Amino acid sequence: MIEIKELKKSFGSLEVLKGINLTIPKGQATGIVGPNGAGKTTLIKTILGLVKPDSGTIRVNETKLNGNWQYRRDIGYMPQVARYPENMRVHELLEFIKGLRNQPAVYEEELIDQLNLGQELQKQLRTLSGGNRQKVGATLAMMFNPNILFFDEPTAGLDPKSSQKFKERVKVEKENGKTVIITSHIMSELEQLVDHVIFILDGNIRYYGSTKNLLAESNEERLEGAIASMMEVA
Amino acid sequence: MNSLLLHIAKNEWKSLLRGKWVVGYGLIFLLLTDSLLRFGGGGPEALLSLSNVMLLFIPLVGMIYGILYIYQSREFIELLLTQPIDRKVLFWGLFVGISTPLMLAFVVGSLLPLAWHSILMTAAAPSAMVLGLGAVLTMIFVSLGFLFGLAFYDDRIKGFGFTIVVWLFLAILYDGLVLMLVFTFGQYPLERFVIAVSMLNPIDLARIMVMLEFDVSALMGYTGAVFNRFFGSSLGIITASGMLTIWLAIPTWIGLRVFKKKDF
Amino acid sequence: MKTFGTMKFFIHISLLLFGLLVIAESAAAQITVRPEGPVTSIQVGIDQAAAGDTVVVHAGTYQENNIEITKPLVLMGIDRPLIDGDNEGTILVIRADSITVQGFDFRNTGRSYIRDYTAILIDQASDFIVEDNHLYNVFFGIYLAETNRGIVRNNRIESYDRREASSGNGIHLWYVKNPEIIGNHVEGMRDGIYLEFVEDARINGNISSKNNRYGLHYMFSNGGTYYDNTFRKNGAGVAVMYSENVDMKNNLFENNWGASSYGLLLKDMRQSNIEGNRFYRNTVAIYSESSTNIQIKNNHIEQNGWAINIKSSSARNYFTKNNFIENSFDVRTDSPRNNNVFEGNYWSNYEGYDLDRDGIGDVPYRPVSLFSVIIEKQPESLILMRSMFIRLLDTAERIMPVLTPKTLYDEQPKMHRIP
Repeated sequence: MIEIKELKKSFGSLEVLKGINLTIPKGQATGIVGPNGAGKTTLIKTILGLVKPDSGTIRVNETKLNGNWQYRRDIGYMPQVARYPENMRVHELLEFIKGLRNQPAVYEEELIDQLNLGQELQKQLRTLSGGNRQKVGATLAMMFNPNILFFDEPTAGLDPKSSQKFKERVKVEKENGKTVIITSHIMSELEQLVDHVIFILDGNIRYYGSTKNLLAESNEERLEGAIASMMEVA
Repeated sequence: MNSLLLHIAKNEWKSLLRGKWVVGYGLIFLLLTDSLLRFGGGGPEALLSLSNVMLLFIPLVGMIYGILYIYQSREFIELLLTQPIDRKVLFWGLFVGISTPLMLAFVVGSLLPLAWHSILMTAAAPSAMVLGLGAVLTMIFVSLGFLFGLAFYDDRIKGFGFTIVVWLFLAILYDGLVLMLVFTFGQYPLERFVIAVSMLNPIDLARIMVMLEFDVSALMGYTGAVFNRFFGSSLGIITASGMLTIWLAIPTWIGLRVFKKKDF
Repeated sequence: MKTFGTMKFFIHISLLLFGLLVIAESAAAQITVRPEGPVTSIQVGIDQAAAGDTVVVHAGTYQENNIEITKPLVLMGIDRPLIDGDNEGTILVIRADSITVQGFDFRNTGRSYIRDYTAILIDQASDFIVEDNHLYNVFFGIYLAETNRGIVRNNRIESYDRREASSGNGIHLWYVKNPEIIGNHVEGMRDGIYLEFVEDARINGNISSKNNRYGLHYMFSNGGTYYDNTFRKNGAGVAVMYSENVDMKNNLFENNWGASSYGLLLKDMRQSNIEGNRFYRNTVAIYSESSTNIQIKNNHIEQNGWAINIKSSSARNYFTKNNFIENSFDVRTDSPRNNNVFEGNYWSNYEGYDLDRDGIGDVPYRPVSLFSVIIEKQPESLILMRSMFIRLLDTAERIMPVLTPKTLYDEQPKMHRIP
């Protein structure tokens, strides 16, 4: 459960978030969409604690954010660009993060198996392909079984087969009652994974509702068309 | 908290050791010190040459190293920030993790030749002084580099440019300005002022401590009472070490503040 | 035959006479002084002795002063008897030739601003030996006045009165010929060893340290030598003045610190040698004023503030084959002209090269740095010593001398230390 009230953030004179109000209930899979520079990344970074808001409040699982860090025990985050210390080996990275979180890595082996990372474990991260790095990122996000998951453009570097496997895994997480939040430019992908959409434009939420409703309201068959028509209106 | 800090630091140590260039940096000092001792004559000569190199290059290398680390590890730092750990712990873990290997590379690299040319035994105090100063300077300037990296997080050109300018200023220009001041206000009693001004620059501070070790006999020849008191007693060493500690604390503290408040 | 017999007779007679003499000699009496008597006073013992006798003094404390010896004899302490002068006057005065004083402790002379009270005074005597005595808390230690051919050997003189005016000299020589001052240890006096109007002194193997003024003070004394001495932590180092033909070899001058402190101060000296000495950590290793024709050779001058401070009144002095190692400043002078020669020294601050590999640098070394000129003008700039900025200035000046003496340079700087 994530509750956001009147969240504002500016970088210098640039207002990025202009008063966001948002509640994402537990167990909901939500896609965040919007054009580049609309404030998607800032919104996610604010929830993750990477960016400090100017005003407004954020609650994650009833914990109000104020520079604290304990609430992130419940969050798994898969970044868009996965770059790690180059000469570190994959298994060392996993060990390192395990040491940091001090939580049981319940799904570690399962994920390695599912995402086919077994042969990569002994390799140095710089020798990994972009896709494999993404998979490492996905493993890090999900292996501690957190109940909120953030995926930032998760399938951007994945080959179709891996992409398919990843999506299956996300569906399972969803079914297990996890709160899943995904940003993506690939609408077809979002369609498969989420049942709610947040559309952000110029630092404001223009639409927040179920994908079904959105499609019905906009008379479109596909999410892509619905979003495109919203952008035109704007 | 401490075990977590150590966990982060250890991870940096491991990857820095594998990165080889910290080892290379240590080797440079090893070769330098060894050849200074081999071809440059006895202990004090070599130690003075070593301290000259140290005073000039450790600040530059330390700052570049600190800022480069921030720039190269942005995504990794951001990933770590999304983990359930305190920013303060992360900052200390990273700072300790990256500054200590560079410091050790210098200390070990210079220490070994000093040991096998048996200077350590014959000139223990000056050796310890030079090595200790190099170590402290490393920490100070890595911490400054860290700070600049955080301050110019999104503009590398500016960050590097600023670093070079700061180095030029502290290593060379500052003393030119002091000399100018001395000649401009030569008719006034300047000793106290000159000592105070020199204490504001960490490179000058370290240099003054080297002076106190190697040039006391000359400094005693100076007739000014303030200088004599400062250089002739332990007052000089104590004041200078105190100031160096402050110099180590302030950039690190500011770095921590910036790190805690920063939007990544 | 007869002549032979007469000869034999004479030989017999002379043997007999000689034998008698030997008996007389060995019969020279030995007088014993000891606290439990019968003779309890050293002066009484001396008075009882005849010329050539030995006065043996056993361990104990003797409260006596102004003891006088006026005939040749040996005054010998057994197990270091102590003569306590009770802070009054002089303790022992030697006023005859061929006297030996050996194995005593002396303590507590008088102190005066008018009289030179001393532990052992040798007054107008010759061929004396003062040996193996320990002197504590004395005004003057051993005082030689108008003596000839005496030996002062292996004595130890210590006194700690920090005021220069109220302390006297350790070994004081005044109008003395051919003295030998050997292996003594003098500490905490005004001057450790003081010479005035002394001819052909031999001062070897002494240690003179922590004296309030000079470790050795040489005035108007020609033709002496001093070898193998150590001068350490003296208030103003060693001063050699108004003398000629003095040989100074293999001495150690170290840790003489202070605003007006020198390893070796030369003033109005002529025709002398300074050779094989080691100067270590003095404020100024060698200071020279109005001195001429001094050979300064094969010295090791290391980690001093200034290696050489030579005033322009000094001329024709010759510095060669010296090692100048990590001195804060090599040479300081007060004139843009140079009347002295620097040739073939090793300078650790030399940054030149040796392309033809003959061991001699291919460019001359200029030992007067711009920085030394700068601090002469503005002493506060001393704080900038060894800074990069100053090093750049110095290097520029060495390439193109503007403010430093153009003719003061070593044209044959050695690339390596001279052994």
